[in-house]
Amino acid sequence: MESISIEGTTKTPAISFNADTGVIEIKGRSIPENSIEFYRPLVEWLEEYGNEPKEQTTVNIQLEYFNTSSSKCILDVFKKLESIKKQRNNVVINWYYEEDDEDMLEAGEDYESIIRIPFKMIEIVD
Amino acid sequence: MSFDLEACYTKMNTGKVLLAYKGSITSELITNILGVVETKLHTTIARSSVRKRIYNVLVESLQNLYHHIDDLPTAYNGSFDVNFGIFVIAKCEDGFRVSTGNFVRKEKVKKLNERLTKIRSLHPEELKELYKFVLNNQQFSDKGGGGLGLIDIARRTDGNIDYRFEHYDEDFDFFHLEIYILGS
Repeated sequence: MESISIEGTTKTPAISFNADTGVIEIKGRSIPENSIEFYRPLVEWLEEYGNEPKEQTTVNIQLEYFNTSSSKCILDVFKKLESIKKQRNNVVINWYYEEDDEDMLEAGEDYESIIRIPFKMIEIVD
Repeated sequence: MSFDLEACYTKMNTGKVLLAYKGSITSELITNILGVVETKLHTTIARSSVRKRIYNVLVESLQNLYHHIDDLPTAYNGSFDVNFGIFVIAKCEDGFRVSTGNFVRKEKVKKLNERLTKIRSLHPEELKELYKFVLNNQQFSDKGGGGLGLIDIARRTDGNIDYRFEHYDEDFDFFHLEIYILGS
């Protein structure tokens, strides 16, 4: 299976979905007007990856900003991960937020309460 | 007397204005505005949490405009740009004010009014629950929004939102939204 690697822009995050290591990363800003277009291939990738996942899937989400349009797409990503975990696979989600950014911490907690996979909340200190 | 857009814009464009714009709201414009304002916020505000909150509110309010502007019929062409909207960010006494203005079709006014009345009446915990409910249950609209923008803005500002509808003509109202973000 191919891995996905996309560089970040001012409106879209850097993406690294590695099929060989099972490490999935979304970093930067996610504020495009049309998020569905951006996230669709990622959700499809996870769908395929879920058929034969690695023993452990590690997810690193490190967002500086995301808009509400992205929030639904990010939930779709998490829902795919939730179903991978339900197939008795190991899935670890690391949610990074910058020091003092309570809104981003709370956003992580919102997702955690919806998808019922425990998040590891990691504060980034300068 | 009918609604005077120029007077309205002049009124919005008062105080310590960081940026004021009226015209077409496009994706490129949003990118440009965000870039300019981000630089300004960096030099104006020390606390990154306050900067981020303002930036988030900017993104949502601009993209709300982008997704929800009702275009005026061709009869109005010449008077206004397509996807016409107004956007102002200004410093006020204890924080920042983000104001937007756009035309809304009369038939949508009631629903939008009800929505804003409800959102403004909710406590922070209730807003959080509403946000999570809409996030998890509502289908994406083809506009890409999904109805979370105003809830998100209300959450980040503790409901510090004012709005009004002004009669423009028999088909349209002008919708005026003011958002206040505390902090310096």
